[in-house]
Amino acid sequence: MLEVALHHRFSGIDLDLEFDAGAGITALFGRSGAGKTTVISAVAGLLRPNEGRVVLDGKVLFDAKRGVWVPPHRRRLGYVFQDARLFPHLDVRKNLNFGARYAPRCSMGAGFDDVVGLLGLEALLARAPATLSGGEKQRVALGRALLSHPRMLLMDEPLASLDGPRKQEILPYLERLRDGDLRLPILYVSHAVDEVARLADRLVLLQDGQLKAQGALFDVMADPAAVPLLGVREAGAVLEADVIAHADDGLSTLAISAGQLELPGVQASVGARVRLRVLAQDVILSRDRPVGLSSVNVLPVRVEAVHPGDGPGAAIALRAGSDRLLARVTARAVQDLGLRDGVDCFAIIKATTVAPGSIGR
Amino acid sequence: MALDAAAWDALLLSLRVASVAMFLSLPLALWIAWILARKEFRGKGLLSALVHLPLVLPPVVTGYLLLLAFGRNAPLGRLLESLGIGLAFHWTGAVLAAIIMGFPLMVRAMRLAIEAVDPKIEAAAATLGAPRVSVFARVTLPLILPGILAGAVMGFAKAMGEFGATITFVANIPGQTQTLPSAIWTALQVPGGENRALAMAALAGVVALVAVLVSEALARRVAKRISGAR
Repeated sequence: MLEVALHHRFSGIDLDLEFDAGAGITALFGRSGAGKTTVISAVAGLLRPNEGRVVLDGKVLFDAKRGVWVPPHRRRLGYVFQDARLFPHLDVRKNLNFGARYAPRCSMGAGFDDVVGLLGLEALLARAPATLSGGEKQRVALGRALLSHPRMLLMDEPLASLDGPRKQEILPYLERLRDGDLRLPILYVSHAVDEVARLADRLVLLQDGQLKAQGALFDVMADPAAVPLLGVREAGAVLEADVIAHADDGLSTLAISAGQLELPGVQASVGARVRLRVLAQDVILSRDRPVGLSSVNVLPVRVEAVHPGDGPGAAIALRAGSDRLLARVTARAVQDLGLRDGVDCFAIIKATTVAPGSIGR
Repeated sequence: MALDAAAWDALLLSLRVASVAMFLSLPLALWIAWILARKEFRGKGLLSALVHLPLVLPPVVTGYLLLLAFGRNAPLGRLLESLGIGLAFHWTGAVLAAIIMGFPLMVRAMRLAIEAVDPKIEAAAATLGAPRVSVFARVTLPLILPGILAGAVMGFAKAMGEFGATITFVANIPGQTQTLPSAIWTALQVPGGENRALAMAALAGVVALVAVLVSEALARRVAKRISGAR
């Protein structure tokens, strides 16, 4: 368990926040300039904040008041940088071994062959870093960090410098890391909602150096108050579904607590549990059960909260069985439909709103 | 052939002066290059200017300043003399002149190599658990080593060719302080000495060419090494 409290004043913004990160992946989300990298650098010990405290598993790494400062090389935090930072004079194998060299002798952690297998690095071992693609570099950097047997992994936008296909190449490895045997806690900095929605267990929202929200991913993503922080086009609930069947026409049937959804582009096999991201702007509300629609994904829902936005829009928190959904409608529609807490209505989800990339596990 | 014993003596003296000067100035040049590349402090500009001064000062002025500071009648010179380190009119003085004249070139080559190393790479090494000394030994040093060697070769070549400051400071005593350039100059002063001068000039040219070729090869290696394409 990582506990972080930081108060740091520097040119541009004042950082002032407290959060913690436990098992699984904790995403630190914010727009560019929100102070994410500063936070992760302070945790790693590459930056010394004016005030604050960083504690990992009960061991104080930094405490300004008590004058405690553990230097970065004794923190045992694996840092995966946005720009990989491989050693240019060493080949891939030696880069990986550099990580292993300083791992404490008795420490438990992944072995060389395990990491090479997990990240698919066999064919790269003799290559020089300059000859690797961006995605390959990030995989090596991740492997190098894992081999140093860290107590926690810090990842600073590891996918930000990669294009779409390269991102898709890395994401499965990160999911394997999350769901595999290593069970390494990860602090994952990102400004991409789709990555966060796909990977994170916990979400910490940052804006202008201030903590805005923190909690379980499903809770924060379904919180109407978080809509402006995530962006009105990006906000939307994340829910888990079971794949029930694949039809010949390309649609798959998925079960959620409130019913079934027919979605295209589902690659997971029958029986698998996947994550769905339902964008708030792609949920349409109706007081009566709609008939004659082109969409077949209609779920009975109950309004839990109405959250007016700054503009003409409003965010509606919905309960669908044991899941939650988020819808974005106009303030006028709220008026006309009489939407308020406790009202039962129907949510229409366009089948095309679930991107294949946001389904995984 | 016009290469007599005196010419070979002059070459050997030059090689000795240049080698000793190179090895003596290497650690200091590396330290100064490190400071100039990595540290921010008041007076950094002044330090840089001082290091580079011998490059722009007329060599005869540098030699004269050395004579004023380390001559037999100067306090510093007398002190060193009493310690057994005679500099004036001694080959060790030629070493000092060579150190001062070659220093800017050495510092420059090393500074460029150090500046080409991204401190972020060193930070990454630290997060992997490497203590500061290990980071230097395993990451920084291998990356700048070709730059250090290139700087050393430049310093060596400069020392081989140094004439103005040397002859002003330690004069031109055959077998004592007569380096190869001094010997060439002396030969040119004697009627009919052109052949000797030409032969020694050719010798100096060969040594300089080899030094520059080695330096170029090392510079190419540092560029490749840092870009990572080996």
